Amino acid sequence: MGPLWLLALIAGLSFFGFVLGRWKSVVLSGKGRGTLAARPGYYGAYVLIWTAMPALLILVALSIAKPILIEHTVRANLPEQVLANSTQLSLEVSGVEQVAAGLKLVTPEELENIRIGVVSARSVFAQHGLPLGQDVKPYQLTAAGALNLVSDGLDTAVDAAVVAALAFGLIFAFVRVKPRLRARNLVENTVLVLLIAASSVAILTTIGIVLSLLFQALQFFSMVSPVSFYFGTVWDPRFAAAGSTESGQFGFLPLFWGTLYISFFAMVVAVPVGLFSAVYMAEYATSKVRSVAKPLIEILAGIPTIVYGFFALTTVGPLIRDYIAMPLGLGTSGNNVLTAGLVMGIMIIPYVSSLSDDIITAVPRSLRDGSLALGATRSETMRQVILPAALPGVVGAILLAVSRAIGETMIVVLAAGVAARASLNPFEEMTTITVKIVNQLTGDLEFTSPQTLVAFALGITLFVITLGLNVLALTIVRKYREQYE
Amino acid sequence: MSAVQATTAFDTVRTPDPANRPIKIHTASVKVTYGQKEALHGVSIDIPEKAVTAFIGPSGCGKSTFLRCINRMNDTIAGARVEGTIKLDDQDIYDPDLDVVELRARVGMVFQKPNPFPKSIFDNVAYGPRIHGLARSKADLEEIVVTSLQKASLFNEVKDRLSEPGTGLSGGQQQRLCIARAIAVSPEVILMDEPCSALDPIATAKVEELIDELRANFTIVIVTHSMQQAARVSQRTAFFHLGHLIEEGPTDHVFTNPLEQRTQDYITGRFG
Repeated sequence: MGPLWLLALIAGLSFFGFVLGRWKSVVLSGKGRGTLAARPGYYGAYVLIWTAMPALLILVALSIAKPILIEHTVRANLPEQVLANSTQLSLEVSGVEQVAAGLKLVTPEELENIRIGVVSARSVFAQHGLPLGQDVKPYQLTAAGALNLVSDGLDTAVDAAVVAALAFGLIFAFVRVKPRLRARNLVENTVLVLLIAASSVAILTTIGIVLSLLFQALQFFSMVSPVSFYFGTVWDPRFAAAGSTESGQFGFLPLFWGTLYISFFAMVVAVPVGLFSAVYMAEYATSKVRSVAKPLIEILAGIPTIVYGFFALTTVGPLIRDYIAMPLGLGTSGNNVLTAGLVMGIMIIPYVSSLSDDIITAVPRSLRDGSLALGATRSETMRQVILPAALPGVVGAILLAVSRAIGETMIVVLAAGVAARASLNPFEEMTTITVKIVNQLTGDLEFTSPQTLVAFALGITLFVITLGLNVLALTIVRKYREQYE
Repeated sequence: MSAVQATTAFDTVRTPDPANRPIKIHTASVKVTYGQKEALHGVSIDIPEKAVTAFIGPSGCGKSTFLRCINRMNDTIAGARVEGTIKLDDQDIYDPDLDVVELRARVGMVFQKPNPFPKSIFDNVAYGPRIHGLARSKADLEEIVVTSLQKASLFNEVKDRLSEPGTGLSGGQQQRLCIARAIAVSPEVILMDEPCSALDPIATAKVEELIDELRANFTIVIVTHSMQQAARVSQRTAFFHLGHLIEEGPTDHVFTNPLEQRTQDYITGRFG
């Protein structure tokens, strides 16, 4: 049985268990064996949980174990000289897996022909719609045979274990259904465990991402010293082709400067425009205008960044070059920091305005009334009472927008270019950390050279920067909330 | 005007003011509608100068709505419409030429829940004088703040911590801070919308005492749910019911010898 069939079986039997458990509890209470400790539905859920949970756990555990066992089998069946070449090992394993998949397609006669060498396995597989990149070597055939044997055995074992677990769970729980059984508590606890598991997923993923970044970054720092990385002023990693031994210079500072400079222009655009539109939306706009205009502003956040990139590349960039940079004699490139900053600023307007709007609206009405009743005008009330009260929250919103700007890649590639440079002239090409990460990780590469590993060092640095900003923003927002609740 | 008055469904029972104080606020046939719903069906009342007038009545009777008409705070509510005449010293406050900001400087308001700004105690009181440019110098401003706090009988409690946030005070102190804040712009009228409903009895007693002192200099209109409070602090009482003004007269008269059955029933606790 395939995993889908197993899942269907688990679902079907669980439902059956639910009906059965519920029915038994109703019958028992009807016979006067005491009143139920919980509603009948809880007894049904109790049997359902006992039926489904062990079977699901076994299925998941064995599904995780299967690839590990298979790889182990393959390795055990590979010849010494192949095992000795450790860098090619994972390629060999996946090669064997492909052959194994092919072996499942062929008929017994064809298999016999392959064995005695009448036809090549590659051509037979190709006839069955499985093209291989290379001829099949004899040792691969042996290993693939062993693999299929183990894999089939495992599948049978999984089927048997799941069916056994289902049967055991169903019968065990059904027998235990008695009026005094505290089924409700057990169900509640299971729900609690599920909720905890769901929240752990996000946390564990974050930890996993950080760890994977960290290991690769540490590998990079073993080749290039952190000091020359973080304080280097030249970014020139050279060619990152496979086998290249040449090592360039990995200066972080030009990228950091580019990131900061572009983000700075983005904030110069986004903060005033976003904040003013938030003030208008929250305090002046009638509910009709608000209900139309607010979603329209939020649409900006839904435009894919690549589209902003086009806009920057074909419209804003040339405009700035032709009407500002060239007449002033400051630059001749359509790719420049100012373009990227402006367009990115437009993109993050909704991040600032939408959050600030919510925060301004959350300032208690009594404060507005208090100020208005003293004869303050609306704008005096806004400037002197509402904005100061909302300020921490607004700062939090702005910091969130900053971390969004720092992480932006697509707009920068198209609008500011890929030249790593530290300059004060906003009409020159510059680039950011994220762009360089993409740059270093595209193309023909090898994950052992500093040219590619530097991407992980950049990644973890970026992660730390944005994490710091987010933590700061959240702390500020939380402080603000405490003030009124 | 008389045509409008004729459409009033109820005739208010009035007992004139024996002290014969001059009239500060004159209102005639004031109607308020929120969207489609009429909350106030034509209220006419004269409020005397330098006295405390209490509005009593069950919840939803329109007394707070009427109070908010007097400094046009209903303007800030979307969909609210006010008809009729309200005159402050013979000046129509709904005259299009009148600046609502100026009106609110003359008619201050204290709200049900203390609402100090998240600023220092000093800045809370100085807020009004600053926006209206009432102080010529820093010393001037300080004097206004100190006298306002003194008038609100709060100065002795906070004189050592004027720079601390106003939100850190106790509920009763916060409410007196709000009164000080209102006094600081030297209004002629102070409207109070259930100023003690969020306070404990001791804080309430202090605020009531304060209201009695303020009567010497200000015209005060207070909305209250506590009939004892109305009896203690006010000189005149107006009883509202279902958007109508039922009866108004001298407080002792309304409480001891009400002319209307509904007033009698409400005061003796038969409804509301």
